[in-house]
Amino acid sequence: MGEAAPKPNPTEAMIAAHAMPDTGWSVAARKDALARLRAMGVPDRRDEYWKFTRPDTLTQMPAPTAAVFDPDEAPIFGDVDRLRVVFVDGVFDAEASDDLSLEGITIERLADATSDLHWARDLYGALELRGQDPVERPLAALNTAFATDGVLIHVTGQPSKPVSLIYLHKSERSDAVLHHCIKLDAGASLTVLENGPAAARFNKLMEVEVADNAQFHHIRAQGRDHERCAATHIFARLGAESVFKSFTLTANGVLTRNECILELTGDDAQAHVAGACVGDGAFHHDDTVFVTHDAVNCESRQVFKKVLCNGATGVFQGKILVKEGAQKTDGYQISQSLLLDGDSQFLAKPELEIYADDVACSHGSTSGAIDEDALFYLRARGVPEAEATDMLTLSFLAEAVEEIEAEELRDEINGRMAEWLARRRG
Amino acid sequence: MLSIKNLNVKLEEEDKQILKGVNLEVEAGKVHAIMGPNGSGKSTLSYVLSGKDGYEVTEGSAELEGEDLLDMEPEERAAAGLFLAFQYPVEIPGVGNMTFLRTAVNAQRKARDEEEMSAAEFLKAVRERAKSLKIDADMLKRPVNVGFSGGEKKRNEILQMAMLEPKMCILDETDSGLDVDAMKLVSEGVNALRSEGRGFLVITHYQRLLDHIKPDVVHIMADGRIVKSGGPELALEVEKNGYGNILAEMA
Repeated sequence: MGEAAPKPNPTEAMIAAHAMPDTGWSVAARKDALARLRAMGVPDRRDEYWKFTRPDTLTQMPAPTAAVFDPDEAPIFGDVDRLRVVFVDGVFDAEASDDLSLEGITIERLADATSDLHWARDLYGALELRGQDPVERPLAALNTAFATDGVLIHVTGQPSKPVSLIYLHKSERSDAVLHHCIKLDAGASLTVLENGPAAARFNKLMEVEVADNAQFHHIRAQGRDHERCAATHIFARLGAESVFKSFTLTANGVLTRNECILELTGDDAQAHVAGACVGDGAFHHDDTVFVTHDAVNCESRQVFKKVLCNGATGVFQGKILVKEGAQKTDGYQISQSLLLDGDSQFLAKPELEIYADDVACSHGSTSGAIDEDALFYLRARGVPEAEATDMLTLSFLAEAVEEIEAEELRDEINGRMAEWLARRRG
Repeated sequence: MLSIKNLNVKLEEEDKQILKGVNLEVEAGKVHAIMGPNGSGKSTLSYVLSGKDGYEVTEGSAELEGEDLLDMEPEERAAAGLFLAFQYPVEIPGVGNMTFLRTAVNAQRKARDEEEMSAAEFLKAVRERAKSLKIDADMLKRPVNVGFSGGEKKRNEILQMAMLEPKMCILDETDSGLDVDAMKLVSEGVNALRSEGRGFLVITHYQRLLDHIKPDVVHIMADGRIVKSGGPELALEVEKNGYGNILAEMA
């Protein structure tokens, strides 16, 4: 009777395939994260928060390959005045990037920050660790342990333009792990733009510390390479009267898991997180959001819209946790899908957990088809059916896009979506 | 202009005949009004002519300037010159009124192989027409009909009509939900569009709209048929005595 060969442990296989960069000040945080990862193990389908999304492609070694896609269009944000920071397959490209100096802000490459007293020492991995409870996020721990590159941004004032992180994908075998730390001092403000597919597989984490009265705006357009997969995390902590607003546009990509973990720790803070995605065919898109209210009179909004067709899948797992004492909380959460055919599906798990008695929290989740009355109205005005369907698709996505405060950036996103839809129509 | 012959229509989903042989000729330059009690088939007629799903034509024909309307898609009917002012205009969040109007105007022009309107040309035309309908810049910028009052929605319908310059206009209970001032404004908008080459079919419950939009011919519709036709005095008779007398006369 021979014994079955021991099953390979996927967590150890992942750990073995990554090397921990020796960057001095971050090593302690990295080692802690590695210990966390070992204790948690990489996600599998039995995990409560991975029921709707198969984690295999995000954890298997080596990473699945992804063909480089030429979208045949000018990159998004092209007309926006911004400071460009370019990564190619997860490696900072100084040549392609702008000069990183800008008034009111310091930007450093993670790999170059060697001072043992670096400010980022208190942030790197710290918000990720806070976000591990009560829901485990092993891929975030993996990121903290093994991130090879990223930027450290310290905002002390009001920089005159957004920082634009551009992720180019040139190798079909790239497996990139990027970690950004962003610290906004009291009263400071920053807009961060992100775009591009980044790599065949992309694990990206962003920790954002928003001090009192500071404002952070984030607008992201995830790259359109069909075969790429991505697991991204945003961990943010908000001080009093601060503002955090994040919007993500996604089209294409065989697998995307975007997690956003926000903690409102100062009174009168505002956190908005929104997403619009358009999925056609081999497309699985998962938004997993956790907002914790731990202060008085804060507002949070989650607005997610997904347009799905030809077998695409959309997932939304959104939670609002209102802690004891977080009175006057105003929490709003909506997730909706527009299913353009019978082959696509939307899986939603909205959750509210409230321990304060004077709060207003609402949530809703719907799936539906194109509104026939609206379609007829447009056609009766002479708009052909396909074009009318596109208009109604944009109309459906609008509530999410409206969450972008800057008109220029909102127009940029709207314009891009309209182009994509028109092109699909041929 | 519009020629309807023995039009018979049933609901697609259930075995219910709504129109039972409608005959109607609307000439260019004329305003015809259709009045009738609830459920007589007035709105169905407007939907069938403009191509809404859910109806089945079992017999008869409807032509616009000799072209078979019933064979066309709704957008083709629009491009051919048919316009329906909706009783309940639809709200479309996230689509700006101007974007919508321009898309519609240019889609129709494209369908007719005409040159599309430039942004500047379009803007000028909209502003002119919006002004006379007291539609301000804010209403033009807002999403289509979202948050509009009843009166604003109907004015917006007339603005669309003015921009699209159709040959044949059907107004489905355009007076519903309007106060006196709004009705006057809407009527003036319609009257401004009356011309030699354009026909109108005004569907209404009440005579009062016809005080403002003076019809050439008035039809009474009941139980899926036009049961009586006459001049404007017919509308006054309905206003005075209700439909009862006329329907009894027919029986």
